[in-house]
Amino acid sequence: MRAFTGLACTALLLLLTSNSVASAQNQPASAVPTIPDMANRMQTCAPCHGAQGEGGKNPYFPRLAGKPAGYLFNQLLAFHQGRRHYAPMNYLLEFQREDYLRAMALFFSQQRLSLPAAMPSAMMPTTAAPAVLAHGEDLVEHGAPARSIPPCSGCHGARLTGMEPGIPGLLALHPDYIIAQLGAWRYGTRTATAPDCMQRVAARLTDADMTAVAAWLSSRPLPADTSPLPAGALRTLLPCGSEPQ
Amino acid sequence: MKQAAIAFALLLAATRFVASAGAAESGAALIKEGEYLAKAGDCIACHSDPGGKAFAGGRAMPTPFGTLYSSNISPDPAYGIGKWTADQFYTMLHTGRSPDGGLIYPAMPFQDYTKVTRHDSDAIFAYLRSVPPVHQPNKPHELHFPYNNRQLILGWRTLFFQQGEYEPDPKQTAEWNRGAYLVQGLGHCAMCHSPINALGGTSEAKQFQGGLIPMQFWYAPSLTSDREAGLGEWSLTDIVDLLRKGVSNRGAVYGPMAEVVYNSLQYLTDADTQAMAVYLKSLGQQTPSPPAASGISANERSLLLSLGQSVYTAQCASCHGIDGRGKPPDYPPLADNQSIQMESAVNPIRMVLNGGMPPGTQLNPAPYGMPPFAGLLSDDQVAAVVTYIRTAWGNHGSAVTAQDANTLRAVPLD
Repeated sequence: MRAFTGLACTALLLLLTSNSVASAQNQPASAVPTIPDMANRMQTCAPCHGAQGEGGKNPYFPRLAGKPAGYLFNQLLAFHQGRRHYAPMNYLLEFQREDYLRAMALFFSQQRLSLPAAMPSAMMPTTAAPAVLAHGEDLVEHGAPARSIPPCSGCHGARLTGMEPGIPGLLALHPDYIIAQLGAWRYGTRTATAPDCMQRVAARLTDADMTAVAAWLSSRPLPADTSPLPAGALRTLLPCGSEPQ
Repeated sequence: MKQAAIAFALLLAATRFVASAGAAESGAALIKEGEYLAKAGDCIACHSDPGGKAFAGGRAMPTPFGTLYSSNISPDPAYGIGKWTADQFYTMLHTGRSPDGGLIYPAMPFQDYTKVTRHDSDAIFAYLRSVPPVHQPNKPHELHFPYNNRQLILGWRTLFFQQGEYEPDPKQTAEWNRGAYLVQGLGHCAMCHSPINALGGTSEAKQFQGGLIPMQFWYAPSLTSDREAGLGEWSLTDIVDLLRKGVSNRGAVYGPMAEVVYNSLQYLTDADTQAMAVYLKSLGQQTPSPPAASGISANERSLLLSLGQSVYTAQCASCHGIDGRGKPPDYPPLADNQSIQMESAVNPIRMVLNGGMPPGTQLNPAPYGMPPFAGLLSDDQVAAVVTYIRTAWGNHGSAVTAQDANTLRAVPLD
């Protein structure tokens, strides 16, 4: 009897172990080794991205706080490997280890700021014409089926706060930054793990589409709950290497 | 008799088996040794394109004479070194000539690798033959006229190339000689840490005297002058830490040296790192301070200092301390730090503008970093704070101008 209990315990332990290994693979951020004093280590990022990753005044220094850890890790890795081009970031990350990049991503994903007061970039006043904003809203909410453009909300969530692990929120970003990222995807200077769904979407957008989407997104107030959707809450409308289904 | 014959045959077979197993084992050991030596030579840094396949070459190497592309040294028979022999590989390292007799551009540091022994060359060759082949053609170099004429390399070789394996100095210890062999040979430290003249060469007399690295705009400090990176006054522990961890109680590595530690030095054994430290320490010499002359008037200098002190107090003191002593090894000291005070102010100005992170290493996997201040500080503020740290706390550096800061602001990071 005692032997049987021992065997059952071992089996249970094995089961638990294999489960935790499986979840670590699915969610890279949970496998991060604990590194003490991350808040001070990440002061390197503060002049541009803010002390807690809230984003800088310069439109091209985006908010990091609260974005999904998987998304942030993918970006850090792409800068580290030179697949995403921005010289000051490539320079800082080129000689860092992947475990450290995971810890950085986890740190910023866990920053929960009192929004929107702490986010100067949230809900920017827009000078866009009403027709432009209406076109942006239409693309964000409904896409353009005739041109095979899926709605942003289909993958980034109805609240546009993203989905774990790999899809970022789209609010509290400057319109210039959004346009620059869409353009970078179109011209291939920003790439994601293949299949690169955002490259396909950006290639179908006109300049006017990009301007309208960026104007509408940046004019939106943040919802009360800014956390991303849990992994698997939505099925992505295109196959995405960064968000395996 | 028949039985005896069978037994003999079996014995023979067994001996052969043992012999061939022994050869295979020594082959594996040679490959492992070669892998280590290839790390000591940092082959991968130049012979891989960032984001590309290891040893496939294709990395652009901008020089004042045009852009060179590193070659494929994977064992691919068409584009790599798959058809080379160990003799040809040694000849290339030792003489700077490829198997067809062609002259190799000295961006490949054969002026240093010529010191590598035949045994070590064979080990590196065995290792390179063991890595996955990459079927990727070499990119043609893009050199300006007249440098695209390879015959010019002959002239360069006459002036700057001395062929010959490392010869141990019998007056020194075995450890010192091992360190000298690694620093002068595979480590190819002289490639950056020596002044480069207008012909792109380094004279042996000026080896390790420091110089501005062409096209990268980082100053590789002198390894002989204790006023620069000369390590004569450092403890062996601090030198070893700097080479292996990337940080030490005296300072951290940054810029191009971060790449060297990341790809190469962190992997060296305790004994080899210690040997390099012993040799490097012996190179250090006290050199007389040059007069801290700069074209800046006393009046302007005192204005710079008072502005610099206020910038320092607001932006720098929380990590580096009001007294400039820092919190080593994570926040390096600025007081009595050679890299801050040396004659060339290029590195301290660039560190303030671009920030930087020491490399992530096995012994320091999550380094603290210096934030980039280019977006926060004006050229005047950068000049002021750099002047302040170069002269405060007994430091002997000279003042820098806003023009210096402005020039370096425009330098590309990639």
